[in-house]
Amino acid sequence: MLACAETKAEGDSATNMPIAIVRFPGSNCDQDAEWAFRDVLGVDVTLVPHASHELGPVDAVVLPGGFSYGDYLRSGALAARSPIMQAVTAFANRGGPVLGICNGFQVLTEARLLPGALARNDHLHFTCKDVHVRVETDAAPYFTRTYRSDVLTLPVAHHDGRFDADDETIARLEGEGRVALRYVRSDGLPDPSANPNGSRNDIAGILNETGNVLGMMPHPERAADDLLGSEDGLKILGSLVDTLAGAAAGASA
Amino acid sequence: MTNDLASRASEFGLTPNEYALLVEGVGRTPTLLEIAVTGALWSEHCGYKNSRPLLRTLPSEGPQVLQGPGENAGVVDIGHGLGLAFKMESHNHPSAVEPVQGAATGVGGILRDIFAMGARPIAVLDALRFGPLHHPRTRFLLPGVVDGIAGYGNAVGVPTVGGDLQFHDAYLENPLVNVMALGVMPVERLQSGTVGDVGNELLYVGSPTGRDGLGGAVFASADLSTASSEDRPAVQVGDPFLEKLVLEATLELIERDLVDGVQDMGAAGLTSSVAEMAYRAGRGVHLDVARVPRRESGMTPIEIMLSESQERMMFSVHPSQRDAVLEVLARYELEAAWVGQVIEGDRFQIYEGETLHADLPVALVNEAPTYTREGIESPAIRTARETAQPLPPLGDPVTALTTLLAAPGIASTRAIWERYDHDVRTDTVVAPGAADAAVLRIKGTPLGVAATVDQNPRYCRLDPFEGARLAVAEAARNLSCVGATPLGVTDNLNFGNPERLEVYYEMQQAVAGLREACLALDTPITGGNVSLYNEWRDGDATIAIPPTPTVGMVGKLEDVRRHATLGLKGAGDQLLLLGWTRDELSGSAYAAHLHGNETGTPPRCDLDLEARVQRATRELIADGLVETAHDCSDGGLAITLAEMTLPHGVGLAANVAAGAEEGCSLEGMLFGESAGRIVIAVPARHEATVAARLDASDVPWHVLGRSGGSDLVLRWNDARIRIPVETLRTAHEGTLPEVLA
Repeated sequence: MLACAETKAEGDSATNMPIAIVRFPGSNCDQDAEWAFRDVLGVDVTLVPHASHELGPVDAVVLPGGFSYGDYLRSGALAARSPIMQAVTAFANRGGPVLGICNGFQVLTEARLLPGALARNDHLHFTCKDVHVRVETDAAPYFTRTYRSDVLTLPVAHHDGRFDADDETIARLEGEGRVALRYVRSDGLPDPSANPNGSRNDIAGILNETGNVLGMMPHPERAADDLLGSEDGLKILGSLVDTLAGAAAGASA
Repeated sequence: MTNDLASRASEFGLTPNEYALLVEGVGRTPTLLEIAVTGALWSEHCGYKNSRPLLRTLPSEGPQVLQGPGENAGVVDIGHGLGLAFKMESHNHPSAVEPVQGAATGVGGILRDIFAMGARPIAVLDALRFGPLHHPRTRFLLPGVVDGIAGYGNAVGVPTVGGDLQFHDAYLENPLVNVMALGVMPVERLQSGTVGDVGNELLYVGSPTGRDGLGGAVFASADLSTASSEDRPAVQVGDPFLEKLVLEATLELIERDLVDGVQDMGAAGLTSSVAEMAYRAGRGVHLDVARVPRRESGMTPIEIMLSESQERMMFSVHPSQRDAVLEVLARYELEAAWVGQVIEGDRFQIYEGETLHADLPVALVNEAPTYTREGIESPAIRTARETAQPLPPLGDPVTALTTLLAAPGIASTRAIWERYDHDVRTDTVVAPGAADAAVLRIKGTPLGVAATVDQNPRYCRLDPFEGARLAVAEAARNLSCVGATPLGVTDNLNFGNPERLEVYYEMQQAVAGLREACLALDTPITGGNVSLYNEWRDGDATIAIPPTPTVGMVGKLEDVRRHATLGLKGAGDQLLLLGWTRDELSGSAYAAHLHGNETGTPPRCDLDLEARVQRATRELIADGLVETAHDCSDGGLAITLAEMTLPHGVGLAANVAAGAEEGCSLEGMLFGESAGRIVIAVPARHEATVAARLDASDVPWHVLGRSGGSDLVLRWNDARIRIPVETLRTAHEGTLPEVLA
């Protein structure tokens, strides 16, 4: 597994660098992610435009939700070919943590940073509601390291959220513990009624081979304040922030 | 030639008299472009020629009003240096022809009205009216309208947080799609749709102009039977992605103070945006259609001027800011073109290159002739109201209750609002279905804002005056039930053909009712929309929609954490009824759905009682004494109590005779729709305090019972019924999913 300190490839500061939130044209959850990281979790955030060729010195990258380029082509397909995605790919390949939420997950699959594809929901409609997901792995140091088997309540809001891949890929994801989140009932048990879109194996989120790239359909940034009904999203976002802070402290020691 | 033009004037919606007025106003024979431009501006949609004299009687002032009628949207002060912009608009006729795009572009248009004021849109609500739910026509229209609203709002990233869905036979061919939007801005960014000073340049931004939506304003002002099929291209196609870019660019231009005036190109497109901006500034304008970006070749000046292509904005820019403005637009990859200048004088001049095609007085085209009539009530409606047909016996109250809970208009709308992204922007504190109004927080402040849309077609049909008063009262009651203080109203006045005296009568009565209720409840009307000619032919009969004065109301909560929702939170709370239950079943959902009876006088609206009940409820919520409240409206007390059990599966036992006037029938106790009633749940520790507070504020209150268990238990005298909450849930949730599958 990668050592966390290695991700600080673009900077040598012992303190944390900002988290980059990439804004594609048509992103609409960029400000929500900014609010969750900056105002709730108290970390620096920098908004990076899609046309930029560089991320700058950052600790992590978030690809937010929305409808990049209107998603008139396949969801995320155009955004995956934006100039900034070359920098995001390089950052991910160096082991830097990348979190794709909803449209961001779609962009990650289109950019081949994650396998599979997000197809149209099986009921063919956009759906916005709270779902329950179970954390399935502790192999992702940035995202879910201490929360395995937790059941989180998170909102989904998507039209194209049905994760699909060929049988071999699904088998690999399952075999390598790379299914990070799975739709379940509130009691943690699987059930077809708990799956909001027909995803194969009830998959709600997956990791790349090295565990530093997570794509997920539910919106953790929308579950970051009990005034809105749930703080469960902070377990994922906070996990990333804690890990980065730990890495910074380790680097300065 | 003159005669030929006079006859062509009717193609552009001008009557012979109006054509004569135009000739007199310009002092010569007008050009065809002048006729087209004037026809569009004098259409009901732009010129309010049938409604303006009535609208002038509506209250629009108050200390909270920062912007009243006449701009793109009204704005009220919510404190903390912030303004709340809000407006409602209809897209009825386009939605009748092509429901998906008709509804989608309705959302797009109202969002542009909001950000043209300098406000960032924070929420959308929809008031939808259809014919019978299971009619094939409704099964075509309803899913399309929902998909259109969802597809546009979700993609732009503005949550759709609430709405009102009603059904009535008379909407069958002519559905209503009224969409309301809200936005928030720092007060100092309040914009005006003006051209500003002489020498300013007009900048066209957004989608190129096509032939889509050609003549939409005229289309919207003609009745469906004669206009719809030939005018199919009059329905526009929306592009929410472009809207999102235009939104962000507009807000950046305003935030950096780079523009002097902003206007959305809505009905009648370039024509109305430029004419209205010039009128507000009292200036002239020189416009060159040759410079307007186009997506089709060979477009005539008339086509360019009347196109209603979507996602277009007009800005007035001081010459010193030209480059800075273009830099911003380039960053958002938006097309822009300098299309005109602000000039001395009062002329609206339209050129094509060097050729002058129209030279009109700005005031003439902006001041449409108005028509007032003396309405006459339809004898059939009067008879229906004055001769209430008796209702058959109640029969089994359990069956009646579960039937009503599943009835269209009362049944859960979850299948609709789960298709709307109601969470984006992470400000939705009270989501659809959870309370009588939506509540949003304003980040960086303790504030909340609440919004609701309301109107009852049955009440308004039987008595448009009382129906309008009841719509305002219910909207204010819904806001009060979440703890919000009402601040203002945007109204959408949907009626049939105003040239028919019985329709005009309905308009007069509804506006008078709105006026009285808005004055009594201190909710000035800061703007809105008028949609007329909502009627259709059924064989030889002309069917007008029920008079539909949709009320959109906004309010604020000083501390958003102190709000209420409708679901019982746990066992042991004391249930109180505020107000009185009278034997008022005429016009009720019970009478309509169980007995097909729509006769008699709708419930009386006692505005003084309303005000007291509502204020008391708000204060109990604001002081943290109550966090559960639900009003009594469609279906009466029994439906209110049933709905309170559903969100958290907490049952209750209540005596429905409590608060009922002497001699009230059992049906009246259960399903009567007396206005001015709210049920609150009081935690045991606050019972004494709440009782004392209610006594002190002169509010009639009655103990209904207590929350607890997993059944709804209703009793009266020596009888009672018991229904498991899960049975209620099955009834409530079962109706709409099948239609929307």
